[in-house]
Amino acid sequence: MSVELCGVKVPLAAFALELDATLAGRVTAIFGASGAGKTTLLEAIAGLRRLKSGAVSVDGAIVVDAEAGVFMPPEQRAIGYVPQEGALFPHFAVRHNLRYGFDARRDRPAGLTYEHVVEVLELSALTERRVGTLSGGEKQRVALGRALLSAPRLLLLDEPLAGLDAALRERLLPYLARVRDEFAIPMLYVTHSPDEVMALCDDVLVLDRGRVVARGAPAEIFAKSERPRYELRGG
Amino acid sequence: MSAEAWQITWFTIGVATLSTLAILPGGVALGWLLARRQWPGKSLVETIVALPLVIPPVATGLILLKLFGRRGPLGGWIERTFGWEIVFTWKAVVIATAVMSFPLLVRTARVAFEGVNPRLEQVARTLGAGPWRVWGTITLPLAARGLVAGAVLAFARALGEFGATVMVAGFIPGQTVTLSLSIYQLVQLGRDDEALVLLGVSVAIAFAAVWVSEYFVRRRPA
Repeated sequence: MSVELCGVKVPLAAFALELDATLAGRVTAIFGASGAGKTTLLEAIAGLRRLKSGAVSVDGAIVVDAEAGVFMPPEQRAIGYVPQEGALFPHFAVRHNLRYGFDARRDRPAGLTYEHVVEVLELSALTERRVGTLSGGEKQRVALGRALLSAPRLLLLDEPLAGLDAALRERLLPYLARVRDEFAIPMLYVTHSPDEVMALCDDVLVLDRGRVVARGAPAEIFAKSERPRYELRGG
Repeated sequence: MSAEAWQITWFTIGVATLSTLAILPGGVALGWLLARRQWPGKSLVETIVALPLVIPPVATGLILLKLFGRRGPLGGWIERTFGWEIVFTWKAVVIATAVMSFPLLVRTARVAFEGVNPRLEQVARTLGAGPWRVWGTITLPLAARGLVAGAVLAFARALGEFGATVMVAGFIPGQTVTLSLSIYQLVQLGRDDEALVLLGVSVAIAFAAVWVSEYFVRRRPA
């Protein structure tokens, strides 16, 4: 699996996101401070934001090409997106949230079952609950399960642990690792935490003001003297 | 209650219902367009829709009279095409109440749609739902309370409409007389006790409408 970003440009308020990169890791971290353009990049790949120029292809299939006027709508891309706040549907119970994308997919892979995802993320006790009664960590697990069940070929995770306290982050990290190992769906993982990158990712793209300023394996990136700098900037 | 009072009551309820149903699809669609889309001429449309709220109802009635009269641009066309007369018939009452309550429906619908987090719609798209499925399963259910409130507000406005109705539909017993028109007329004639009966009816209908809407809004947890 690979995601190719060719001359991608998206104007933002203070600067423009400008990227040329091929992402081929199992879990690729998009690392950088708040406002570096990380979320914008995910939105552009998911089809929630238009490119000013450039193209994005997934596994060689073009999903958007601004010059050629190609724009595949998000529902046809099979790219799962978990925003930072989870964005669960408040008027549905957990089960209905989980099945929202699953039931609509006719061509889902044979190995993907509702029961399996519920088991891996330990959601069975939550399925009849209303979304409003869930804790922050539970919401993130449901949001992750919902995205997985839509049978994506690529999963975009936008700081899934950012809104949670340290103890909860510790507890959720193994779930993410399990998803990575059980489902073999490549992920782009937006974060500003070096610890999460070290625990989950095999490739890191460091973004600053819309541009890639460093690229490499997590150990390389964070072993260097730059680590304190990134930590400081990451806040 | 006299037969005449019953007739007026049912006529008024029928007109208010018909005018609310008539503006519902357009009002909801326009509310959504104003909340979610940018398009050329948007502020002009917003202003025109809001006009009946700010200009005197009688003036709005006069505009409708000129538009829908036999020699008016719309009235003439309708008469030639369908053979329908509009002014001074029940159709004029429906048009007047619809125009007067339309801004209330559009405004409430707009606020209702603005209250739906666009993130939810975006995520639904990434889960494989096309725009129509997103509209039906996410946008509409989450805006439903506001839309019901808007429809009740429009219905209530239609029940009480007076100024525009009297201009464009006149006072024709058995054909265009609504509760409001009748109450005014009865008081003019010094038949206050009959007017008080219709007043009671008006209050009862308004009360029932609000009660029914509260019931629906409560039953639908957000």
